[in-house]
Amino acid sequence: MLGHVPSKRERDFLRRISLVMGNRNQLQWGLPALDSFELNRSIYQIPRPDFVALRDELIALLEIGDLVRKPVRQLSLGERMKVEIVGSLLHRPQVLFLDEPTIGLDVTMQKRIREFVALYRQRHEATVMLTSHYMADVEALCERVIVIHHGKILFDGDLAALADTVAAWKTIAVVLENGAGDLSTYGDVIHRDGDLVTFRVPKAETARVTARLLAEQDVLDLNVEDPPIEDVIELVFAREAVE
Amino acid sequence: MSTTPITAPLAQVNRLRSLVDFYLTTMRTAVQQQFQYRAATYMYLVGMVAEPVIYLVVWSTIADQSGGTVGGLTAGEFAAYYIVWTLVRTMNIVFTPYGWEWRIREGELSGQLLRPLHPIHYDLAWFAGGKVPWVLFYLPIAVVLTLVFNPTFDVRPLEVAVFGVAVWGAYLIRTFNQTALGLICFWTTRVGALFQLYIVLELLLSGRLVPLTLFPEWVQTIAWFLPFRWTFYFPIQTLVGDLTNAELLGGLAMQVFWTVVGIGVFSLVWRYAIRRYTAVGN
Repeated sequence: MLGHVPSKRERDFLRRISLVMGNRNQLQWGLPALDSFELNRSIYQIPRPDFVALRDELIALLEIGDLVRKPVRQLSLGERMKVEIVGSLLHRPQVLFLDEPTIGLDVTMQKRIREFVALYRQRHEATVMLTSHYMADVEALCERVIVIHHGKILFDGDLAALADTVAAWKTIAVVLENGAGDLSTYGDVIHRDGDLVTFRVPKAETARVTARLLAEQDVLDLNVEDPPIEDVIELVFAREAVE
Repeated sequence: MSTTPITAPLAQVNRLRSLVDFYLTTMRTAVQQQFQYRAATYMYLVGMVAEPVIYLVVWSTIADQSGGTVGGLTAGEFAAYYIVWTLVRTMNIVFTPYGWEWRIREGELSGQLLRPLHPIHYDLAWFAGGKVPWVLFYLPIAVVLTLVFNPTFDVRPLEVAVFGVAVWGAYLIRTFNQTALGLICFWTTRVGALFQLYIVLELLLSGRLVPLTLFPEWVQTIAWFLPFRWTFYFPIQTLVGDLTNAELLGGLAMQVFWTVVGIGVFSLVWRYAIRRYTAVGN
């Protein structure tokens, strides 16, 4: 990674990476985050003008000007995560490791953190290594997904390819004027609630089945969706268990 | 945001200047942190003073009842010994093996291992900074102890100077000894029993429990060849003893020796220990 062997933990390598752990506090608990930022400046030997400029810029981007002046112990989990992330980016790491960065956060805060990480990655052309059980994090941030189970890589590729490989089907949910008849010719009926019927159909068949439904049925509403990423991941593990 | 990485190649950065900057910043942060919790720090310090005060009262009473001296030490010399003892103890507080146990067990070490500085630097700097408020808080306690117990002091400027160096020598020796002990947690998860054994040896052979001159000659000889003596008895004796210049400088040389040995043992254990680390925790 970055031309180094990570296990050797060479200084030049460690100066170019950063780690944020969702369930760990790396800031000075009793002091304002600004003091922890100063400590990070000294650890990474960031030139002061660069440090001040980037610190102020990141604080403004996340709108945490008032938070960084409060003792860390007084911050909520979400507020603390914001300042943790700013602290971890002050030396402009080229690889950022995020370990469950949104764990325990409310949905608004999760979204904010994801947007910020995506912005940082885009602007700095940095690599973000995200470990998460939240599939929303994965969908929002990851171009490449590696599924690891018991130390074995089960999949390595982009998110769309993962779905294509493991779950090569889509769901079509239709609300019909009259959903009482036999609809099994369109695909596997996986859910039926009155006139709302959900089919599972092979991806290659989706367009044809959709066209048939619209032509042959009185359709009030129709929705075509990829399988939820949670289901896809579950299938990967299930397939591994069988193999 | 500009996209140029700030982190220049290490060769371009003056390593020593970087370390000095890190140590000063960390020490300043430690001082701020201690003042944030000043009431707790003071209570901790008062609790710590209980240990030498008990020794002092016991030995002063024995001296009074034994015709004024015990092992050649008067009540006033005992008072001086334990008042300086308290200052030395305040100065040689270090990150204990329990701290390492917690770091390893809870996975707290993970973040520190991914920083471009060895965790030992953080421990050294942090506890060095913590001494500033601890010593400041200790001074009024020392005044009270002096007024109550009437210590006997006869100090030369050279002894004060050597004391100033010796307390830091004691700090370094204890840091590396206890860190090497703490690293055993990489294999055992718990280190409490071993640490207690270390403390017993330290109590007996460092002059922490009683001045070493009260022990038989053979115990004093053993103590001379072990590191413990140089972390308590020697720094205390620089102020309350009657050491010659050669003994003062020889003591400092022994501290350098044990510091180098400590660094060597710690470095060796670390090399093997770190390979065993697996990031776990809550």
